Amino acid sequence: MNQAEIMKVAQGSMIERKEWPVFGAGDTVTVHYKIKEGNKERIQPYQGVVIQVKGDETVRTFTVRKISGNIGVERIFPIHSPFIEKIEVNRRGHVRRARIFYLRDLRGKKARIKERKY
Amino acid sequence: MSGLIGKKIGMTSVFDASGKNVPCTVIEAGPCVVTQIRTKEIDGYDAIQLAFDDKKEKHTSKALLGHFAKAKTTPKKMVAEFTRFEPGHQKKFGDTLTCDVFIEGEFIDVVGTSKGKGFQGVVKRHGFSGVGQATHGQHNRLRAPGSLGASSYPSRVFKGMRMAGRMGGNRVKMINLQVMKLIPEKNIVIVKGSVPGPNGSYLILERWS
Repeated sequence: MNQAEIMKVAQGSMIERKEWPVFGAGDTVTVHYKIKEGNKERIQPYQGVVIQVKGDETVRTFTVRKISGNIGVERIFPIHSPFIEKIEVNRRGHVRRARIFYLRDLRGKKARIKERKY
Repeated sequence: MSGLIGKKIGMTSVFDASGKNVPCTVIEAGPCVVTQIRTKEIDGYDAIQLAFDDKKEKHTSKALLGHFAKAKTTPKKMVAEFTRFEPGHQKKFGDTLTCDVFIEGEFIDVVGTSKGKGFQGVVKRHGFSGVGQATHGQHNRLRAPGSLGASSYPSRVFKGMRMAGRMGGNRVKMINLQVMKLIPEKNIVIVKGSVPGPNGSYLILERWS
């Protein structure tokens, strides 16, 4: 076995794979994230636009941007995080690049993303 | 004690039971063959010589071919002696050791050769903070070491004064790395944290008992 294969076996053995819908940059998603407060656990939904998905299979993360009270908020989620309860895809967006960082400079009507029709 | 020779494969991260993202290193460890047993009577000390990683016969000298043939094994790239196996260890000439000599959850030491950094200045090599400010007339001394000591007494630079020079490429031992997971059928050991050296470099894994 070469090094890349060994790495794959090792990573595969450590991760609990979950089935999420396929999504990419430009899509609007809701991440249901478990939050611990003292002994209580509750689920907080976080909705926004995915601006990038990066990393290899097992160490993949995605960044979700939303505007919260006129302030841009970005959160990075590891895709295999045990705290993610559910991921919903609300809207498919049509964008021409994999990392839509230009969205950070846009506000209001300019910051809209066309819906993907296919 | 038990030990093995391994190869660094690379780093990754996993989520532990409490949901924390933990950095860890994947090591291909073993199977290692016992190619020599040194004893107090013959060699003056007790040790076990282990060999790891096959190499081609045509790349091996006749002398080494004979050495490996004695242990009834193929030629190996990496050979190391382990001096601290306990006296009644029962390891025999030609035995094969695999990564199940370790147990999940226990703490092991990993020895390797750190990445070479080349000729480095004192700021990177010894953590000096450099000299003064970048402005106020300061000129070209930003990362300089400053004074080496007093003047007429002692009239010399003390031995061991930390200066610029070659950095890295040293033997480094990381102690108490927790074994996160063992995959015996693939000879994989996954330890918590980092280990010295680039991917593909050889490592010595030891456990103290």
